[in-house]
Amino acid sequence: MASIKAIINGKSITAESGMTILQAARANGIHIPTLCDHPALSPFGACRICLVEAEKNPKLLTSCTTPITEGMIVHTNTPRVIEARKAVLELILVRHPLECFSCASNGKCELQDVAYELGVKDSRFADPGDTNTSHKLEDANPFYVRDLNKCILCGRCVRVCEEHAIYHAIDFQGRGIHTSIQPPVGSPIEESDCVFCGQCVQVCPVGALFEKTAAGQGRPWDLEKVKTVCSYCGVGCELEVNVNKKTGKIANVTTNYSSPTALNKGRSCVKGRFAWQFVHSEDRLTTPLIREGDTFRKASWDEALSLVAEKLGEVKTKHGSDALGFFSSARCTNEENYLMQRLAREVMGTNNVDHCAHL
Amino acid sequence: MTGLGETLGSGAMTNDFESIKSADTILIIGSNTTENHPVIGSFIKERKRKGNCTLIVCDPRKIEMAKYADVYIRQKSGSDVVLLNGLMHVILRENLYASDFIEKNVNNFEKLKETMSKYTPQYVSEITGVSPELIEDAARAYAKGPNSAIFYTMGITQHLNGTDNVRTVANLALLCGMLGRPGTGVNPLRGQNNVQGACDTGCLPEVIPGYQKVTLPATQQKVKELWGSDLPATPGLSVVEMMHAAGEGKIKGMYIMGENSMVTEPDSDHVRHALKKLDFLVVQDIFLTETAEFAHVVLPAASWGEKDGTFTNTCRAVQRVRKAVDSPGEARPDWEILLAVGKRLGASWNDMNSPETIFNAIGRIAPAYAGITYARLEGGALPWPCPTCEHPGTPILYTTGFPRGKADFSPCDWVKPDEWPTEEYPFIATTGRILYHYHSGSMTRRSSTGEFIKEMYIEVNPADATALNVKDGEQIKVTSRRGEVSGSVKITDRVPAGTVFLPFHFSETSANILTSAKIDPYSKTPGFKVNAVKLEKTV
Repeated sequence: MASIKAIINGKSITAESGMTILQAARANGIHIPTLCDHPALSPFGACRICLVEAEKNPKLLTSCTTPITEGMIVHTNTPRVIEARKAVLELILVRHPLECFSCASNGKCELQDVAYELGVKDSRFADPGDTNTSHKLEDANPFYVRDLNKCILCGRCVRVCEEHAIYHAIDFQGRGIHTSIQPPVGSPIEESDCVFCGQCVQVCPVGALFEKTAAGQGRPWDLEKVKTVCSYCGVGCELEVNVNKKTGKIANVTTNYSSPTALNKGRSCVKGRFAWQFVHSEDRLTTPLIREGDTFRKASWDEALSLVAEKLGEVKTKHGSDALGFFSSARCTNEENYLMQRLAREVMGTNNVDHCAHL
Repeated sequence: MTGLGETLGSGAMTNDFESIKSADTILIIGSNTTENHPVIGSFIKERKRKGNCTLIVCDPRKIEMAKYADVYIRQKSGSDVVLLNGLMHVILRENLYASDFIEKNVNNFEKLKETMSKYTPQYVSEITGVSPELIEDAARAYAKGPNSAIFYTMGITQHLNGTDNVRTVANLALLCGMLGRPGTGVNPLRGQNNVQGACDTGCLPEVIPGYQKVTLPATQQKVKELWGSDLPATPGLSVVEMMHAAGEGKIKGMYIMGENSMVTEPDSDHVRHALKKLDFLVVQDIFLTETAEFAHVVLPAASWGEKDGTFTNTCRAVQRVRKAVDSPGEARPDWEILLAVGKRLGASWNDMNSPETIFNAIGRIAPAYAGITYARLEGGALPWPCPTCEHPGTPILYTTGFPRGKADFSPCDWVKPDEWPTEEYPFIATTGRILYHYHSGSMTRRSSTGEFIKEMYIEVNPADATALNVKDGEQIKVTSRRGEVSGSVKITDRVPAGTVFLPFHFSETSANILTSAKIDPYSKTPGFKVNAVKLEKTV
């Protein structure tokens, strides 16, 4: 790839041909704040937070969509740039409800981060009553909630649905202050092409989209990410289980578009992202059980294991090894399956061991 | 797996996900990819959208993928062998096959030509209901490639002639030389997180870990050396066969781990009878499932998210799974329980006391896993075969030829499915999964997904609905030779006239009451996809 020489903030840099100013800056350790930009999505230029100044260019440029060119001299934090960014941010804040105390995204909100970085507390342009209250909270499905009053129209959800989920279930609708992200006119999200993979929730920079069951389960700073693999189909999607360190419970499940180890490249389906609550179900078995007539009674591990060993041994002695059958599980790990067939073959002396591969 | 093992040498998916990006033609048959493997579905859709890729979808149900297909073929349920033979007939007739590849790599070409001769598009059309032109279009697109990939799943395997279906898929790929390169391959998508791993680690009645046949002296020798025990030399019984044997009183004791046989096996009434007859049943699970209700002892297991280990995905990639939270009460990881049971029955197993040490034991006996360690997996997935610690893993199989030197054409003639519509049972019932649920539903019905789709429904074609005089949401009863279930009607042209579809995730109205426990004689897989039934409106 051809290499390009340019100057950013007085520092000589090299970049690959075809890179945007933003990409070139990041590759050279120079920070530019952004909102609509996302590493997994195509450049969009919607939010205009990433404006920069390039010499010989009368207008400010969106660094996320402008290619860097040979000899370009770029400034990312001149007073003019900072003033423009603040103005852009304050225009976004005119309508954005400042409900950060109760917002599900508090602590991971990218709008908060940019406001903090630019030292903006509220909007000079806001009049009383400007805060968006025109949308009703949409929580009809069990997976995610849409709070469109908080939406900043960055278009990440539209792009992720189009580029990763490949459904294009939602898009921009209406004009001016009536613009909102919607499924095709006249149908609620539940009757649209949406399949609830939740990738839109994953990329939303604010609190406009959030997982329904994560509400109240832990602030971002309470959560610890554990990288693992999904328990459903055979694709083997890498997932992050977010555990609340205080409660020891799962708060939500997320994915990482930038993970080099993720075979799914950050993508997910509804089961992987939203069908984990069974882990904490009230119905979970918590002690060994032994049959007594038509019911079960609780037993200690020692008693239960002794009984299992005794009875399996008894069948083998009385009727031979092949009077025993072992059903293993494609739900369990390799290690567990390996042990199950050793139990059958080595310990009990039968090849009667199989699992549900055919079902 | 049996069909592929016999023709190609290994029963696993040949190519990885990256490979999809290089496919010029993608043929999907018997796989509702966007619902059952949604992320792979998205990779295929992405490839299609980027252009220059021909998509062929063959499925009796007009699944989502059919919307994007260049060629959509709606063959009758149970006629896959005829359809694929028809494709091969056209490819042979028009000299579109890979003659150099065949000469170098494949035996039995003359026999294939002979068997295919009668499968003219006209003849195939009569049985499958597909127009001769579509059969020709599909054949030409697949043969043209230059890189064509086939994806299939249970729509191919869950038939009494499932092994023939798989052999036929492999024949087609061999005929056109569509193996061993990015963008090609025979790709059976595995339906469960670790079904590949359960096979790899020897939870099959005829092989120990690494697909080494129990009947071979070399295998017995190896077991003697590594485990210090004598390996029984006769293959054991499959899941469905074990259930039959229990029903007949031949199997007296059963150990079931993480499987809800009452819901997932065919012919539920028979399963109930078999489980009741056992002298001793131990069930190890995370819930008191319908199967556990019959147990003498129930052992509480840790679930996903509560234990460490590895899963092997559909394209043979071994990955680490990690513990995130503690188990409730006294529940323990399955590996811990199995170690304890084994030791009480006299096993020494001193070299295994953690998931990592057990994994290392797998590598000692299964050559394909020998080079994989927990330390290496920290850097990401490794696809087997990975025979040494320096080996990078094998994302694409057969790049330099076939394990046995040459692959074999295994031509098959079509046999009419055992259950074909009759005057008394004029409809075909087919069962399967839906996006929002998984298998017996014991996990998804206790999660957010359970609130979204709460109960069983029956997909009925509009023409059949009119004839039966039922409206959307009304109840119908579906009756097979085994039993009956009722559910609300969902009128949709996703199913062809004469066929109904029932998701099998709902234990209270289990679709498997209808299905037959007859199995494919080679792969031991039941014929879930074709069941003759009658429909009645209930009031």
